[in-house]
Amino acid sequence: MTDRYAAVLFPSVSATLRAEKLLKQAGLAVKVVPVPRQLSSDCGVCLRIEAKMAATVAQALDAAGLKCDGIHPI
Amino acid sequence: MIYLDNAATSWPKPESVYVAMDRFMREVGASPGRSGHRLAVAAGRIVLETRERLAELFGVADPLRIVFTLNVTEALNLVIRGLLHDGDHVITSSMEHNSVMRPLRALEPAVEVSVVPCSTEGVLDPDAVAAAIRPNTKLVILNHASNVVGTLLPVAEVGAIARRRGIVFAVDAAQTAGAYPIDVEAINVDLLGFTGHKSLFGPQGTGGLFIRDGIELEPLKRGGTGSRSEFEVQPDFLPDCYESGTPNTVGLAGLGAGVAFVLKEGVADIRAHELALTRQLIDSLHSIDGVRVYGTGDAQRQVAVVSFTIDGVSPSDVAEWLDEDYEIMCRVGLHCAPRAHRTIGTFPQGTIRLSPGYFTTEADIARCVVAVAAIAARGRAAARFEAAAAGED
Repeated sequence: MTDRYAAVLFPSVSATLRAEKLLKQAGLAVKVVPVPRQLSSDCGVCLRIEAKMAATVAQALDAAGLKCDGIHPI
Repeated sequence: MIYLDNAATSWPKPESVYVAMDRFMREVGASPGRSGHRLAVAAGRIVLETRERLAELFGVADPLRIVFTLNVTEALNLVIRGLLHDGDHVITSSMEHNSVMRPLRALEPAVEVSVVPCSTEGVLDPDAVAAAIRPNTKLVILNHASNVVGTLLPVAEVGAIARRRGIVFAVDAAQTAGAYPIDVEAINVDLLGFTGHKSLFGPQGTGGLFIRDGIELEPLKRGGTGSRSEFEVQPDFLPDCYESGTPNTVGLAGLGAGVAFVLKEGVADIRAHELALTRQLIDSLHSIDGVRVYGTGDAQRQVAVVSFTIDGVSPSDVAEWLDEDYEIMCRVGLHCAPRAHRTIGTFPQGTIRLSPGYFTTEADIARCVVAVAAIAARGRAAARFEAAAAGED
């Protein structure tokens, strides 16, 4: 399996959905998906992005003042 | 029917609020933040949207600093019980609602409480607050406007004083959120408690608290948050720290629609409309023989909450006649604010409180005044009858 996608994790579902909104406003392609079990046991969601966009997304989150709990290949 | 009890809860709501709640129940329904499926995510987005609209309304930069509670009473309990420790000193005013006074009194004597007296019109002097500050003052907590006489308190001035002195400043915006401009930066407020079901037009069962970054409050409740689920420790980040268990999602859907309505109409326009009605009501009531109106008498210095009494007629009789004979709904008594009534001089008999809202019309006010005048006349006639009967003995 190629690492085409990466998962951007957040501390809470609220933060995930807030990030989705702001990143979409910034023109970035993100999708809310259930968080993969191997990454977290939370009952929640994460943002799926194209792995190659990781650095851009990290920058955009920083610019928006949003903290994430890491970007992991999936 | 003329509904003049908006200070208790607003009614009716904008149509969009009913629609949003019905739509949520029929088409979404899921619990937000508890699963990853599309309906749960949709529910989560609705809740986030409501948070964001409130952030826009109050000038809050990060919507996640707004946590939802059952009502503003819960928010104020979170402030008082979450912030204060033994040996702390708190300053409040003599116009507060029991949602502030009761939690404060329950912490005495380990926590010292100073109640700064307001004038009989409900006016607070910010210098009196400053004079009450002690080395161990931890919190100043004030209602933005009185739920008895509507008088606005000088929150911006007090906020500036509290900020200068490094004291936490909390405001109970139950009577102002949505009806009067609030900017958390302009008033230097650290904790803003609001209710969803008054001037924000949401349903009962909604409310919340803005918590400024850097303020630490112990949560009232702990439980499942859909985050950090591998730990048995409450998360320390917002909003999850203060939002355990399933929220009133259908309520928050309604609240979101209500806040959207307020943003669309504009607080300035809402205020202008209510100000005009308040002025009309105060001026008209003043001209009725035997009617005493409380507060400053100046609509600019208050929100749309007007308390009055009629000489020689018990307040409960007035309210009953208004409801039964004229289908005018108001609230009589002490309005859960005994301290405010002591301040304005109406304890223990209370007042009749009329609270117009955004959907109240000039015609409603005019008819209400006619009804009050008729009741006052009835009261005078009854008094003459009693006097005549007593004279015959």
